[in-house]
Amino acid sequence: MTAWDVIGFLLVLATAAGIIIFSSKQVRGKYPALFRKIPAITRLKRAVGLSVEDGSRVHVTLGKADLTEAANTSTLVGLSALHSIGQLSANSDQPPICTSGDGGFALLSKDVLRAVAMETNTREYYDPDLGYLSGATPFSYALGALDALEESGAKTNVLIGNFGVEAGWLTGNAEKHAQFTLAASDSLVAQAVFMATSQDFVIGEELYAVPAYLAYRPAHIASLRVQDILRFLVGGALLIGALLKSLGLL
Amino acid sequence: MKILNIIIAVAAGLIVLLGYFFRIPAIDDLRGQLLNWAVTLSGVAGLIAILNLIFGVHWKRVKEKHERRGASLVIIISFAVTLVAGIFLGPSSPGFQKLVTHVQVPIESSLMALLAISLVVASLKILQRHRSWMGFVFFLCVVLFLILNSGVLAFTSEIPVLRDFLSAFHHAPVAGARGILLGIALGSLAAGIRVMIGSDRPYNG
Repeated sequence: MTAWDVIGFLLVLATAAGIIIFSSKQVRGKYPALFRKIPAITRLKRAVGLSVEDGSRVHVTLGKADLTEAANTSTLVGLSALHSIGQLSANSDQPPICTSGDGGFALLSKDVLRAVAMETNTREYYDPDLGYLSGATPFSYALGALDALEESGAKTNVLIGNFGVEAGWLTGNAEKHAQFTLAASDSLVAQAVFMATSQDFVIGEELYAVPAYLAYRPAHIASLRVQDILRFLVGGALLIGALLKSLGLL
Repeated sequence: MKILNIIIAVAAGLIVLLGYFFRIPAIDDLRGQLLNWAVTLSGVAGLIAILNLIFGVHWKRVKEKHERRGASLVIIISFAVTLVAGIFLGPSSPGFQKLVTHVQVPIESSLMALLAISLVVASLKILQRHRSWMGFVFFLCVVLFLILNSGVLAFTSEIPVLRDFLSAFHHAPVAGARGILLGIALGSLAAGIRVMIGSDRPYNG
């Protein structure tokens, strides 16, 4: 076991402990969460509300990450966002539709839609075919997702997960069909594409804040707090490292 | 049942994580076995999802005489041909590879070419889309790095002050990308641990 392994293990333990501590009712009551405004997410909530009012669907697409890859955490966040959006649109008779580029995530999206239907007592509107794999390769996935968006008549479109350059197809053409598109990805390429092709997008770690902003869940808020603490620690370590290097001590 | 699902998922996550940090043969073996199962399950999930796409989406369209049933029929026939060819020829056989490379690769290359044009048009419209300081800075950066990377300023390599100045500019995107990646890494860590300890469950059982 190397020193880096020890540091990594301690970091994992500290993160897990932090999430558990900040999720506790006592800590939440003593130190209530303060959210900074992320305009794109505020507009997403409004768009979901409008979709409920006009009886249209929300389309959520989860990207092409494989369930067995390390890059899949952004898609797990996408599933949490799908859950929150499902709950926000529970008053509608049109539940959200979800497309993905991986079979495992397609099955999980069906499971999330089913769970939302059970929780919100809207089982009569649940259709297992509302969550599906739209294509097995990146481009076929993107074109299939666009087809689903057009076909479902969704007015709100949410891209959240791991995307590549094919995200340009989704955001570029989505504007023709949807009134609102929120784009979020952990990939640098996709973020650059979103910046050029989408009106509403989130950059970097803001992606991981989407579920916490959509619905109040202690675990999501606790993990945002732990992320903030870790960010300060990493930032501080980088500054100290740079200073020591400049002084010739490192 | 739900509790059992959570226990299995959390235990599997912990074993894989411990196997990554501690090189104990028993844990390592168990971790390898769990990962093999995960890969097999993922493959089966992929197959189920593809069958669902064919029968739940496209076959349904053909049956219900949907306006796009023609496209759906083409997809179903293509799938059947690929499946049969894959089973009888084998996925690594030259014949099957030829079938894939002569159909899929040209189509995806054409899509990529179209996408390149769409992105150029989108980049030109960026100031129209983002009327904010962020959009303006992004636009300036795009223009600046297009000029820097085009080789137009190659002559500056002989002027020491200018060379160092432009070299510093070349490092700016790397610093920015690292900043974003650090944030994403921390977010991934927190999201992964949230799922691993069962606080957030994308599976319901």
